[in-house]
Amino acid sequence: MPNASPQKTHAAGGVSIALAGSGGSGVMTAGTLLLTAAAGAGYYGLMVRTSGPQIRGGEAAALLRIAPHPIDGLDDRFDALVALDWGNVQRFADEIPLAAHSVVVGEEAEGEAPEIYRASGARYVAVPFKKTAKSIAGSWANMVALGFAGALAGLPREALHEAAKGTLKKAETVAANLAAIDAGVAAAQGVGGVTPLPPPGPRSRARWLISGNEAAGFGAIRGGVRFVAAYPITPATEMLEWMAPALAKIGGALVQAEDELASVNMIVGASYGGVPSLTATAGPGLALMTEGIGLAVASETPIVVVDVMRGGPSTGIPAKSEQGDLAIATQGLHGDAPHLVLAPTSIADCVATTQWAVALAEKLQAPAIVLSDQFLGQSRAVVDRPDELALDAKRIVPEPNAPDYKRYRDTPSGVSPMAVPGNPGTVYTADGLEHSEGGIPSGNVRDHQLQLDKRARKIAQHDYGERWADVEGEGEAAVITFGSASIAAREAVARLAAQGVRVKLIVLRLIAPLRTAELARALDGVSRVLVVEQNHSAQFHRYLRSLADLPARQQSFHRPGPLPLRPGELAETIAAWRNA
Amino acid sequence: MTADAASSLDAFFAAAIAMEEEAAQRYEEFADAMDTHNNAEVASMFRRLAAVEARHADELMAQRGWTALPLMPRIEFEGCEGPETTPADAVHYLMTPWHALSLALANEERAVRFFEQLARSTTDETVRRAALEFKAEEEEHVVLVREWMGRVEKPPVDWAVDPDPPRYTD
Amino acid sequence: MDLAEAPARAPRTAAAYKSSYKPIWCPGCGDFSVLSAITKALAKLDLTPENVAVVSGIGCSSRIPAYTSCYGFHGVHGRALAAATGLKVARPDLTVLVTGGDGDGYSIGGNHFLHACRRNVDLTYVVMDNHVYGMTKGQPSPTTEPDWDSKLSPGGTGVRAFHPLVIALASGANFVARAFSGDPNGTAEVIAQAIVHPGFSFVEVLSPCVTFRPEQRDWKDAVHPAPVEATDDPARAARRIMTDDGFNLGVLYKGNRAPYKGYPAPARAGVADLEKEFEL
Ligand SMILES: Cc1ncc(C[n+]2csc(CCOP(=O)(O)OP(=O)(O)O)c2C)c(N)n1
Ligand code: SF4
Repeated sequence: MPNASPQKTHAAGGVSIALAGSGGSGVMTAGTLLLTAAAGAGYYGLMVRTSGPQIRGGEAAALLRIAPHPIDGLDDRFDALVALDWGNVQRFADEIPLAAHSVVVGEEAEGEAPEIYRASGARYVAVPFKKTAKSIAGSWANMVALGFAGALAGLPREALHEAAKGTLKKAETVAANLAAIDAGVAAAQGVGGVTPLPPPGPRSRARWLISGNEAAGFGAIRGGVRFVAAYPITPATEMLEWMAPALAKIGGALVQAEDELASVNMIVGASYGGVPSLTATAGPGLALMTEGIGLAVASETPIVVVDVMRGGPSTGIPAKSEQGDLAIATQGLHGDAPHLVLAPTSIADCVATTQWAVALAEKLQAPAIVLSDQFLGQSRAVVDRPDELALDAKRIVPEPNAPDYKRYRDTPSGVSPMAVPGNPGTVYTADGLEHSEGGIPSGNVRDHQLQLDKRARKIAQHDYGERWADVEGEGEAAVITFGSASIAAREAVARLAAQGVRVKLIVLRLIAPLRTAELARALDGVSRVLVVEQNHSAQFHRYLRSLADLPARQQSFHRPGPLPLRPGELAETIAAWRNA
Repeated sequence: MTADAASSLDAFFAAAIAMEEEAAQRYEEFADAMDTHNNAEVASMFRRLAAVEARHADELMAQRGWTALPLMPRIEFEGCEGPETTPADAVHYLMTPWHALSLALANEERAVRFFEQLARSTTDETVRRAALEFKAEEEEHVVLVREWMGRVEKPPVDWAVDPDPPRYTD
Repeated sequence: MDLAEAPARAPRTAAAYKSSYKPIWCPGCGDFSVLSAITKALAKLDLTPENVAVVSGIGCSSRIPAYTSCYGFHGVHGRALAAATGLKVARPDLTVLVTGGDGDGYSIGGNHFLHACRRNVDLTYVVMDNHVYGMTKGQPSPTTEPDWDSKLSPGGTGVRAFHPLVIALASGANFVARAFSGDPNGTAEVIAQAIVHPGFSFVEVLSPCVTFRPEQRDWKDAVHPAPVEATDDPARAARRIMTDDGFNLGVLYKGNRAPYKGYPAPARAGVADLEKEFEL
C-alpha cells in the first residue's frame, strides 16, 4: 500500500516508535517506561505488545504511539524501530511497517539491520547500547534504549528519569540507570527522522494508565460484580489477574474453575444467589460456555461473559486480535435464546461498556456477552478518567412473603421479580427446563409460548437510550463498524474529513439486540454503507443484513487478523469506495 | 428392632405410633406416584390404606393424651424400616388393587410378628400386655385384608406388560 | 453437633421440607426415599427452608430441588457442582445441597466432581447411584458393571466400573459415606452428618432404578452396616473402601482437612480506591 503523505499522517498522528529485542533484553520494560514518561510529560499514548510464541526468552516488541491528543490505535507506519538485537526480530516486519522517512536503530555489535527492514528505504543508525551500558556499572542496555527512544520522540529527560525512578528500587541501580538514560539521550542527538512531539496541551482532567483488560475488570466492578469464576486463557487472563486482588479488597471473590463449563455454571449459581457475577474468556472458552449461557437465558439469571477475542477458529492465534467470535456470540446459543451482546469501542470504553453490560444483565435478568479483543485487552493507554455512569443496575426482587409469588410471572415488561435465597415466602426452583410461570417444568404449548415471548419481550422492549451506538458526522455514505475495528475506522474518517471528504460513521456498541429502528434513523439520508470488521467471513455484515434494512448499495471491508486494521488502509478503501 | 420399644409403656406407644405414621406416609407417597402415573384405582387404594394407618396413629396419640411424640424412635424390623412400612421399591405403575392389598397383607403379617417378638422379649409386664393386645389387633387386620383381597379381582398374568417403550424425558 | 442430642421435638417435621409438587419418578424408584431422607435430615437439623438451596443437574435424580420447599436450582446436565460452588462461595450463609445421578456426577460432570472434592467448599453432595442412565432410558453409566447388556452397549461395555468413593477420597473430599435408599432413616442420619461436617461431604446413595435395573431390588438383601466407625485416616479409609463389597453402609471417612478459604472477606476498600492504581 503506497503511503500517500507520510509527513501529514505523521503530523496528525503523533510519534510512533517500536522497541524490539529478544527475551532478556528488557524491551517491554523500556516500552512501558516510555509510555509512563510520555504520560508524565502530559502526553497521551498507547502501547501494544507483540511477542513470539515462547513462554520466556522469545523475541518481543513494544509498539508505541504518543501524541498530545488521545490515542486509541496504532498509526500506519513507525517513525522509528529501536532494536536491542536482531534475533528473530524480522518476524515482526509485518507488524512494524516502516516508511522512507523512518529510522532503524540497531545495536552496533549486531551489524546491519535485517534486509526486510532496510527494504522500506529507512535509514539505519547503529548505536552501541550494550557497550554503553557496560561502561556504566550496574546499568542496563534497555535503559540506554529508553533514553534514545525518548529523545527521538522529544520527551523531556526529567520525564524519562521520573518514569525509571518509579520502577527501580535500589538507590545505586537508580543512579546507574539514570546515567544510562542520559547516555541514550546523548546518543540520539542529531539522529533525526522523527519529528519531535509538539508541547502537550493543558491537562483538563485526571488521566489513567490502563489496559483494556483492566478497564473491563474495573467497569465490571463499578457495575456491581462481586463474584468471578474463570479458567485462564490468553488474552483474557490479565483481566482475571487484575480482578482477583481487587475483588478480595472490596469483599468479593474469584474462583479459578476447573474449566469453562464450570466457570459459566459457577457464575450462574452465584448470580442465582443474588450476587452480580462475571466470567472472562476467549473463543475456545466461549464455545464451551454456550450451553451454560443458554441456561442463564432460560432460568433468567443475569451473568456477564467477557470474550476477549483472539484469532480463531480453535486454538487459532492466541495472542493476536480478531473479531471472529461475533457469529457465535450473537447466534451461537441453542434454542430461541434472546440475550445481550455488547462491544467496547476503545480501551477507555471497556470501562463504560462492561459496566453497562452488568447493568443490563441485572436489569433484564439475562446473559450479556461483551466482545472485547486481544488488541483492546492487552494494550495499555493513557486515557482521560472514564466518567462514572449513573446506570440503574438494580435487579428487581420480591418483598419478603410476597403474596402469590411466581418467579416467571408474565409481566408487561417481561421482567419478573427474582427471589434471592434467604428471602422468606418466595421459594422457587430456577429451571433450564421450560417452565410455567411458577417455575414448574412444563412442555405445555401455552407455557412455552408465554415464556419465549416473555424472554424475547424483555430484551426487545427495553429502552437502551443513546448508548447503543456512536453516530458521528454527516454524509450520504456511511461506515458501520464495531469494537476495535472502529478505532482505525474513526481515524480514517477523521483523516478524510480533514481533506473535506464527508463520511458518516456509525459505531455499534450494542450488537444484540440490534436496534433496527435507531439504526434506520441513523441511516436516514444515507444511500450507501461500508461495513468494516476484522474477520475472514464478514460476520458483522451478514448479521446486519439478516436483521436490518441496509441501503441497497452496500459493501463489506473485512480482513482477518493477526495484523491490526490500519487507518491509512481504511482511509484509502473508504475514499475509493466513495468515489466509485 | 429397637430395644427401646420394650423398655417402657411410653416407649412402646411411641414406637407403635411412629410405625403407623411411617406406614401411612409410605402409602401416601405411593398414592401420589400412582396418581402421577394415571393409575387412579391403585392410588385410591393406597390412600385408603394411608387413612387407616393415620387414623390408627391418631387414636393411639389420643389414648396417651399426646400432641407430639415424646421421643422419635427409629424402628427397624426385618429390614431397614418399620414393620408396617411397605418397601419403597415394591410398587409398579401398572400394579392392581390386589397387589396393593397383598403388600398391605405382608405389612400386617410383619406387624404381628413384631408385636409377638416384642411381647416375648420385654421384661416389663405392662409392655408385654400391650404388645399382645396389639398383636391381636394386627391379626384382625390380617383377616380383614385377606377378606378384602377376596373381593377384588386377581391380576391377569400379563399385568406388567407395557407394549410401549419407556419415554425419553431428558 | 452430636446428632444423638438433636432436639426430641423438632419444630419442623420432614413434611415441612416437601413441596406440593409431586415427583414424576417411576413408582418404586429409590429416589423417592432419598427425597424423604433429605427432608428428614433437614428436619433433624431444623434448618430454615429458605436458607437452604438444593442444586442439581439433569437426570431423574436431579429433579429433587423442586420437590423440596427450599430454594432450588435445576441447571444443566453435569454442572450441578459448579453451580453450587458458585452459589456457596458467593453466599456462604446458605446451606447448599447438591443432588444428582451417577451419569450426571461421574460421567459428564466427572471433572467437576474431582475438583469439588479437592476444592473442599462446604457443600453436601448426594449422588443417587443406580448404575444406569435412567432418564435417557437405560444406558450404562460409569458405575455400571462391564458386562451389563444394553441396547447401546450390547454385551456390556467391557469397561471396568468407576469407584466414586475412592475417587472422592483420593481427590480430597472431607466426608465420604455410603447409604442405601431402602434405609431412608439411616440415609437421613448420614446426610445430616454430612451437612454438619465442614468442607465437601460426599454421600453415595445406592438408589435402585426399578425400571431399567429391576434386579437392583435385591440390593436390600446385600446391604449391611459398616462394622467399624468412620476413620479420619485417609489411608485406612482407602483400604477399607477398596476392599469392601460395595454394600457397606455408613460414614466411612470423616476428615479434618481445612475447608475452602476463598469465601469473600469483609471489604477493606471501596470501588473508588481501586482507581488509584490507574491514576497518573
Ligand atoms: C449436554 C447433555 N447431554 C445429554 C443429555 C441427556 N441426558 C439427560 S439425563 C442423562 C443421564 C442421566 O443419568 P444419571 O445422571 O445417572 O441420572 P438418573 O436419571 O439415573 O437419575 C443424559 C445423558 C443432556 N440433558 N444434556
Ligand atoms: S427411570 Fe429409573 S431412575 Fe428414573 S425414575 Fe424411573 S426408576 Fe427412577
